[in-house]
Order: sequence, then structure tokens, then C-alpha cells
Amino acid sequence: MITLKAGRDRSRGDARAHLAAVHAGKGRTPLVRISIFSLRHYWQASLAIGATIVASVLQLMIPRLLGHAVDQAQNVLSAAAQGAEQALFWTAMTLLAVSVARGFFTLVQNYYSESVGHHVGYELRLAFYDKVQKLSYSYHDRVHSGDLITLGLLDLDGVRMFFSTGLVRVVLLAVLIGVGAFMLFTTDALLAMLALSFVPFVAWRSSAAQLTLRATWLVLQERLSVLTRVMEENLGGIRVVRAFSGQKFELGKFDAASKAALELAHRRVFIRVSNTSMMTFSFFAAMGLVLWVGGNKVIAGEMSVGTLASFLTFMTILQMPVRQLGLMVNSFARAATCGERFYAFIDEKIEIEDKPGSVPLAITQGTLRFEDVHFTYPGASHPTLTGVSFEARAGETIGIVGAPGSGKSTIAHLIPRFYDVTAGRITIDGQDVRDVTVESLRRRVGVVQQDSFLFTTTIENNIAYGDPWAKETKIEKAAESAQLHNYIVGLPAEYDTVVGERGVSLSGGQRQRLAIARSLVTRPSVLVFDDSTAAIDAGTEHRIRSAIRRFAKDRITIIIAHRLSSLMHADRILFLDDGQIAEQGSHEALLALGGRYKALYDLQTRPDEDIEIERAAQ
Amino acid sequence: MSVIEDDDREAAIPGQRPPRASVGSHRIEEEVFGKAYDPQTVRRIWAFVHPYRKKIYLSVAAVLVFTATQLAIPLTIGWAIDGGMVAGGDTANLLWAVVAFGVAVLLNFGASYVQETQVGTVAENVLFDMRRAMFAQLQRVSLSFMDKTEVGRLMSRLQGDVNSMQEFLETSVISVGDIVLLFGIVIVLLTLDPWLGLLTLVTMPVLFIVRIFWLPPAKRAFWAAHETNSLTNGAMAEGINGVRTVQNLERQKVNFDLYDDKAYHNLQTQLTGSKFAQVMVPIVDSLTGIAMATVVLVGGSLVLNGSLQVGVIVTFLFYIQRFFDPIRSLTMQYSIMQRAMTSGRRITEVLDLPVTITDKQDALVLTSDMDGSVAFHDVVFGYDPNRPVLKNVSFRVNPGETVALVGPTGSGKTSAMALVHRFYEVQGGAVLVGGHDVRNITQESLGEQVAMVLQEPFLFTGSVLDNIRYNKASATRDDVITAAKAVGAHEFIMRLPQGYDSQLEQRGSNLSLGQRQLLSFARALVADAKILVLDEATANIDSYTERQIQKALETLLEGRTGLVIAHRLATIRGADRIIVLQNGEKIEEGNHDELMALGGLYSRLYNMNYASFDDIPEDLVAQANAKAAST
Repeated sequence: MITLKAGRDRSRGDARAHLAAVHAGKGRTPLVRISIFSLRHYWQASLAIGATIVASVLQLMIPRLLGHAVDQAQNVLSAAAQGAEQALFWTAMTLLAVSVARGFFTLVQNYYSESVGHHVGYELRLAFYDKVQKLSYSYHDRVHSGDLITLGLLDLDGVRMFFSTGLVRVVLLAVLIGVGAFMLFTTDALLAMLALSFVPFVAWRSSAAQLTLRATWLVLQERLSVLTRVMEENLGGIRVVRAFSGQKFELGKFDAASKAALELAHRRVFIRVSNTSMMTFSFFAAMGLVLWVGGNKVIAGEMSVGTLASFLTFMTILQMPVRQLGLMVNSFARAATCGERFYAFIDEKIEIEDKPGSVPLAITQGTLRFEDVHFTYPGASHPTLTGVSFEARAGETIGIVGAPGSGKSTIAHLIPRFYDVTAGRITIDGQDVRDVTVESLRRRVGVVQQDSFLFTTTIENNIAYGDPWAKETKIEKAAESAQLHNYIVGLPAEYDTVVGERGVSLSGGQRQRLAIARSLVTRPSVLVFDDSTAAIDAGTEHRIRSAIRRFAKDRITIIIAHRLSSLMHADRILFLDDGQIAEQGSHEALLALGGRYKALYDLQTRPDEDIEIERAAQ
Repeated sequence: MSVIEDDDREAAIPGQRPPRASVGSHRIEEEVFGKAYDPQTVRRIWAFVHPYRKKIYLSVAAVLVFTATQLAIPLTIGWAIDGGMVAGGDTANLLWAVVAFGVAVLLNFGASYVQETQVGTVAENVLFDMRRAMFAQLQRVSLSFMDKTEVGRLMSRLQGDVNSMQEFLETSVISVGDIVLLFGIVIVLLTLDPWLGLLTLVTMPVLFIVRIFWLPPAKRAFWAAHETNSLTNGAMAEGINGVRTVQNLERQKVNFDLYDDKAYHNLQTQLTGSKFAQVMVPIVDSLTGIAMATVVLVGGSLVLNGSLQVGVIVTFLFYIQRFFDPIRSLTMQYSIMQRAMTSGRRITEVLDLPVTITDKQDALVLTSDMDGSVAFHDVVFGYDPNRPVLKNVSFRVNPGETVALVGPTGSGKTSAMALVHRFYEVQGGAVLVGGHDVRNITQESLGEQVAMVLQEPFLFTGSVLDNIRYNKASATRDDVITAAKAVGAHEFIMRLPQGYDSQLEQRGSNLSLGQRQLLSFARALVADAKILVLDEATANIDSYTERQIQKALETLLEGRTGLVIAHRLATIRGADRIIVLQNGEKIEEGNHDELMALGGLYSRLYNMNYASFDDIPEDLVAQANAKAAST
């Protein structure tokens, strides 16, 4: 029985050892790089290529042997051939042996060329995955996740398949056509020409058809993805559709998308079929010619029936590989374009990396300082932060508020170095965050993000995401602090309930609470809430805050929020306006100041009543 | 600092995987080992093929011709040889044989073209027809089904299952040809020479038996390779989609190792799959070798006896080259049929979903000159009939009036709203719109007169313009712009790169929640319905946008009958009347001042001074309830 449990095979080497190899041949064309990378598996590759040559030669022997057999059979009748029966026996045995051997060598050829492909695929996957994880936020902001997935699935496959469908096939065709043509031409030049006359035509049609099919396939995929999207959005937004009686409208959208795809699918059928039919026809036409001309030669006494038979069988043998020439051309075209995209990704510069000689972050006092920090997003014309300076000490809570786009979240992203500052510096206990190792920095800085990703696994694993060795009690404590424990124990499988895309779906507030619990487990020295309580009701938020406060003595807490009740208790509040700190101070001080903060406060409290929401929450 | 010693991560043993970590979430599909033939499913599939039956008949005829020519080609070669192809023989016979060969080749060309184009296009058509039938059915089935069903599961039926049906249709006509070819070869060989034929054919059942034993483990191996591949790809997709969280929580190293486990396991299963696939090659080649050797050896001695001609040997050798193809594809066809039957059953399941809400035959069309009132008469409703969500609820919303529905979570507000639109059927009582029972009105006209704004704004991929217009084809560009201006969305739309023609990516993920909300308001405004049903958003939006939304709401409700599930106190206070629901019952009704004076649940909740009723923790609601009940 084959099971799907991944076993841990001690004999396999360190997976990271493969990562460097993918950079071999940097700067060369993609096809060269793919070849270098594939041929690294030199003994498997040599076996595959060697076996291909032997198998092709063996295959070429079969028509010869059959021709001999026919001639020998004919000779049996003439009295002249005394040992004809003996000869027939040996021909039969050779034929058997050659067939068996050819089968064996074809097995070796196919298996090892596929094996090289699978190994290459495995290594490329690791390199790709590693790179995805290493590229910083600015790259992922720029590149759509769907495009990355295509890169890791389709482009990677195009590169992987190059050895078996491209390189090995070149050898196969070279030997079959080259050696085969040599054998035929030395036997009878005219007949050889006729026998091979179909080759150029089929080669041309098959390559042209494959390239057209590939081009239309790409368009078809696009049209099908439009159709998929129409269906997905319809089903996902079924309430809107029903509410606006949009069923007919939706069917219209579906039909339009469907028709576009269907038309192209039909066209592809015709392209494919007309080409294959023509190829078959040209092959048979050549065979008819060989039969007529060869038959006349036999009648004229210039050739034996056996030779004619061997010409005909040779043609049948050659037919299949020649037809597949198109696949080979396609494989080259595909590997060239896929390889270009794939290697462009692999060669992408990693913007945020450890400096040479960087040391782990050492926390002594636990003081965070922004020193005249400027930041502009890559490609943006306006700076997001201009000259932001502030200091936060262990145990302090800092609130950050401001209009959308004022740069609040950017501050959250700069501390753990999701981006690097454009000018100025950020230090923790005097160490510039760019001078310490990224890993040690991020372990000490926890950011609860606005829209935290929920992994499809158990709640327990999700909470322990940043510390998968965490003990159960620690996980439960974090969930309790995040006010999620009571909800979890009400679920059928409690902490083992699977959530996420394919599991129980959580509400926005529950997701945010889970993200909070997840950050609490890692016990960071700097904990940043990046507008991560928006979907949590004020009462629950208040309870989370009091629970967290108990452990916050050694920690800096930064709260970024729209809702003032979320941060009015902070030791200090920064009011950001267009990338600058416009006002700062405690809630009371800022109210007394009577500036922007006060105006926001008035906006948020009920216009006719001056009741503090904070009091309500307590 | 103490936190550092407490970090369990430091306890990690190199090379060992942490206990609470995994990557990827692909659900393993069950292996298909079902029936290969199920008459009922076949009948349903046939219904889709039926419109194209003439093409199918044509292609079956073409397949028969094609197969006949394939059988004829080696025969004509044999005839050519035996018809006097010896030194000094007669060229006339050769000419006839070559002409026969040419005719066979032409027929072969025509037949293969007809057969493949017909089958190919019919299979595509059937695929699209089936998908459309399912999609159209899903537009009609009740929402209670859609509520329970994951979109992903439906999509896999609309795509995966339909594709395996297409594969089945394409291959089944070809397998008709294979069967004919198989019998044809057997008959021709036995006719040409019974003894030689029989001896050669002995190898055929050998392959058949070998394949029967080979198929189950090979299928399992292929399936394992396929599934581990999906698992690995699933983990990769997750790594891409969750990359920010991964970097945030420094999971790269752990994830790399876990991903490596999956990828390595896939490598192993792929190699096993390759072994299974390739092991057939030497077997087939050896059997071919045995058959050829037999023909040469036995055929040769028969020639010696004078009972066989050389041309027949050549014919035999040609047949042997194609000998095993039909067996190979027929055994494959069996798995394809198994898969197709399972898919067919799943497709018919969707097609047979009951449509519970339909228009009456004499249903009337609601027009814009109706009065615009909404009334609930003793409405009883529950998703599970034994557990009613609404219990004898009655109220009336007069034309032009705005009524706020309030109440704690689970009080039945959302259900009441859905009933106005007849998303579900009431179990008792009636819902009246414009004085007519919603069950007596066509669903389409009801949708035109009742606009709805959902709590979660849902946008479609497409331009801003198309999203606001949605299916109101009569709305002009100016209508759309006017609506957008009225709700205050015009400014931010104009700031988008192409203004109203800007494309919204992935359901408007390039817009903020507040902006999406405003677009959904504009959509409702363009629909220009007499009645507006609105579920206010609970999520916290920044104060500036929220202000805009409040203003937009006022614009939206102007001159319309409004039924609002209100969360914000400002909205509630602005309503003409407030209906308080609790546990599916209407417990209070009146305007803000009246309800405050009443001193019931509403006034107690209001006095807690939360910004929204939904913010109030459950235990406080319970307290308020207890107090309200005691007074």
C-alpha cells in the first residue's frame, strides 16, 4: 500500500545544500543554465543518454532483421538455400533478443530521464520556496501572489521537463534519423529518399502546430480563468446576485466568458486534428511511393522483397518519433520562456538581508528609538514618513493615530525591518536594526497585522505559529489573554479545530484575536498592534488590554488604531499627519491642546453627548 | 530579561521538526475505485450528448471506416508482395495493390479527420453545456443550500468533474475503434492463417493478464504521485499567500524543512510512479519480440511446406507492430470510465438540487407605482423548522419611513431582512411588500423594487462603472456618476488611475473597506428601488470615512422606505421607528424617546453607552435582559 504520510528519510542529505547549485551559470542563457543544472546529475543523465543511444540502435536493427527473415523465408523455397531454416531460427532468436534488450534499454532511458527531471524539479522547488520566503515585503508588494504561484507551478515545470522532453529527445531523434538514414542510403539511395520524404514535412507541421497550440493554449488558459472568476464571484457573492435579481445578468456574463473559451477550444481541436491528419497522410503517401518504386525494383530484380519490407518497417518505426519532433521544439520554446522568468526570479536581489558580521540583537534596557526617520515606498513619488523621531522605553505604551495614509502602518513595518528606512535610523538599545541579524530582530519585535493570514491547520498550530515548540499551557494562556479561549473550548474539537480556508471560518474579530494570541506566544520585547483590533468590540478589546498589561512590564507596546478608545490610555500618543508627528502627548494633554487630536476626538464621540467611551468600556 | 529564557524555540533540536507545525492544507481526494458502468448516470450523461447525436453517429461511422483502413493497409502491402513481386513478375498486380493502398490511405485521412474533429468538438460542447446547466441550476437553488456549501466544493464540480466527463467522451468513441481494431486484427490474422494466427495471438492474453495485475498498484502509485504533488503545491501556495505572516513570525527555517519533507516525499512517489509506468515497456517489447520470432520461425516453416506466402509474413509483422495498442488503451479506458461515473454522479447531484423557491404561475409583476410598504404578519421562520429564528413577528414599515431593527446577536435581524427579499420561505404568516404577499410576486420584479445593501460589501472584478451599474442595463454613465457623487464616492473614484473605468482587482481588494462600502451604496442608489433593505457594517472604519458613510446613508434613504439593521447609535436615533428584536420576538417598538421612556431592554442597552449595540459583551446583555425582565 502506498500511503501519503511523509516519512523522514535520514539518508537524504541536507536540503539546503541544493540551494547554491541553482545559481550555477548565472548570466548565461536560460537553456544553458537549465542544461548545466540538469547535467549535474551526471550519472543518471549519462545512463539516460547512453541507454537512449543503445535503444535507438537496437530499434534500428529490427527492420533489418525482419528484412533478413523475409528473404530467408523466400530462400527456403529455392533449393539453393540449404541452411535457410537454420538461418531463420537464428534470425528469430536475434529478433527476440534485440526486442527484449531494446525494451530494457528504453526502460532505462525513460526512467532515468524522468528521474533527472524529478530530481531537478525537487531542487528547483526548494530553491523557489526558499527565495519566496527570503524576498522582502517590497517585492511581494510589487508582484501579485497569483503570478508567483504560476511561476512556481508552470514555469518551474517547463524548466524541469527540459531534460526528458528536450535534451534526451534530441539524442533519440539524432540517432534514429541519422543512423537510420545512413543505413537506408547505403542500401538504396532513391528508395531512401522516398522513404524519408515525409520527415521534413512532418517535422515542419508538427513543430508549427505545437507552437501554435502552445500560443493558443496560453490564451485559452486566460479565457478559462475569466470563466472561473465569473463562477467563483457569482457563488461567493450569491446574496448580491439574488438581491439585485441579477441571475439573468450573471448567466449572460457566464455565457460570454464561456463562449469565448469554447470558440478557442474548438479552434484548437481543428488545428490539432488537421495537422495530425496531414502528417499521417504524408507518411502513408511516402509509404505508397516506396511500395510502388520498391516493388518495381523487386520485379526488375534489383532488390529483394526483404529489403523492401525492411524499408517499410523502418518507416513505421520512424513515424512516431518524427511526429513528436513538435513536442521537442515545444519543450525548447517552453524551457526558454519559462526558464527566463524562473531565473529572473531566482536572481532577484534580496533587499533585506543580514549584513556581513551582524550579531544577534541584545536587549538590555529595552529602549526603542526612531531618529529622524524618513521613508519612501519604492516607486512612490511622495515620502511616507518625513523626519519621525520618538523614543519608547520598556513598559511604556505608545499610541499612534492619524488619517488613512498618514504613515501609521509604515512605522509598524519599519521596526522589524520589513522595509529599510530611506534616511535616519531606528535603534533598539543603541543597536541599529540594520546591524543585527534579521532573525533575532523579528523574534523580539512582534507585529499583530491588520489582516493576519490564517493558516489552514488547527487553532493550536495557528497560535503556536511563531513558536511551534510552545507548550500547551503557553498556548492556552495566550488564547486566554486574547479573549479567545472561551470561544475555542466551545468548538467541537476545541484547540484541534481546523480553521482557515478549508476549515471552520472565523469572524473578523475572532481572526484578529487569534493573531493577537499568536504574537503573545512569541513574547516579544516590542509588541505592535497595527490596527489589529478594528473588528473587535470595545468591551472585548478592553479585556484583552487589561490581560496583556499584566505581562507588559518589560515590553514596549505600540498601538496603532482609528478608534481612540483603543489607545487613549497610552502613556504617549503620537498624532501623525502626512508622515510627520503633528502632536504628541498623553490623552489629557492632547485634549487640552485643542488641536487635531481634539477634533478627531469630538468627531468620534457622539455629537450631542459628551460621554467618554473609555468610561463605558470599564 | 526574563522573556528570553522562556523562549521554547531555543530548545529546538537541529533536524527535528517542531510538534505544532505543518505547511499546506490540501485535502486528499479519495481514490476512485467505483463502478465503471452505472446505467442511471449514463442516461443522464446521454441527455447532454443527445443534441449532438448526429455528430456522434457520424464519428462512430468514421471510426469504423478508419479502423477498416488501418486493417487494410498491411493487407494491401501483403497482396502487393504476393501478387507477383518477384524478379520478372507482373507490374499490373503491383499497380492494383498500390492503387488499393492509395484508396485506403485517402479513406484513412478523411475518416480520421472527420472522427477527431467531430468527437473533439462534441466533447467540448458537452463540457460547456454541462457546466452551464449546473451554473444555471445554482442560480435557482435556495440560499439555504448555498449557505451550507463551500464555494470551493461547487467549483470542483463545475471544473474537475466536468473535465473528467470530457475526457471520457473523447476516449469512449476512440475505444469503440479500439475494440473493433482488436477484433479486426484477430479475425484477419486467423483468416490469413489459422495456425500462425493462433500462435501469434497467444501473446495478447498474456499482456492482458499482466496489465490486470499491474493496473491496481500502478494506479495507486500514480495517484500517490499526483496527490503528493498537490500537497506540495498547496504548501507552496500557502507559503506565497502567507509570506508576510511567515516573515513576521520568523517561521522560514521551520517551514523550509517542512516543505522539504513534502517535496522529498513527492520526489519519492514520483520515482515510484515512473517505475510503474516504465516497467510495462520491456514487457510489451518482449511480447512483441516473441510474437515476431514466432512469425519468423513458424511462418518460415509454413512457407517451406508451401502452405504460406511470404507476403502474409510481412502482413503479420505489420500487424504485430500495432498489436498491443488497443489493449493498452482499453485497460486505461476502464479507469477513465470509473472516474467518469463518479463525476457524472456528482454532476447530477448538482443538477437535481431542489429549487424550493419558484414564481407562481400567475405571479404578478411588482411595478414602481406600488406604495412601497413592507409588512410582517405573524411571521414564523427558522433554518431548521424545529428551531424558529423568528416567532410570530409582526410589524409594518409605512411608505417613506425608515425603521431600524435592533437587537443583540442572534435576535433574528438578518433573517428578517432576508425574508423581505424572499431568500427563504416563511413557515408561518406572511411577508408583504407593497401590499402583496412576496410569494405572489415574481422574484425578478421583487428584486427590482427592493434594493439591498449587505454588511460585507461584495464587488465583482471589472470596472468601477460596471460595479455600480451592476445589472441595471438602463443606467447611463451619468446616472452612475450622479449616484457616486450623491454617496460621496466620486472623489476617490476620480483619484483612481482610470477613474470610473478603473478595474477592480480581486473583488476590490485595492480599495479600502469604507470605499467598498460607498460603492455598494452607489449600486443600491442606481438600482433606484422604492424599498431599501440595509445591513449596516459593524467593522470599524476610520472616522473620516465613517462620517461620509453616515451622510451617504441619509441620501440613500431619502424618499425611500428603509428597513435598516442598525448597529450605530447615530443611525438608530435617526430612524423614524425602532423595532427591538430578541430571541426572534419583537419585544419593543417606538421611536427613540418612547423607548427610552419605556425603560426596557433598549434603554438599558442604550445607557451602557457603547458606540454600537454589537459592541456590548454578551454577559452585559444578559444582565440588561435580567433587569428588563424584572421591571
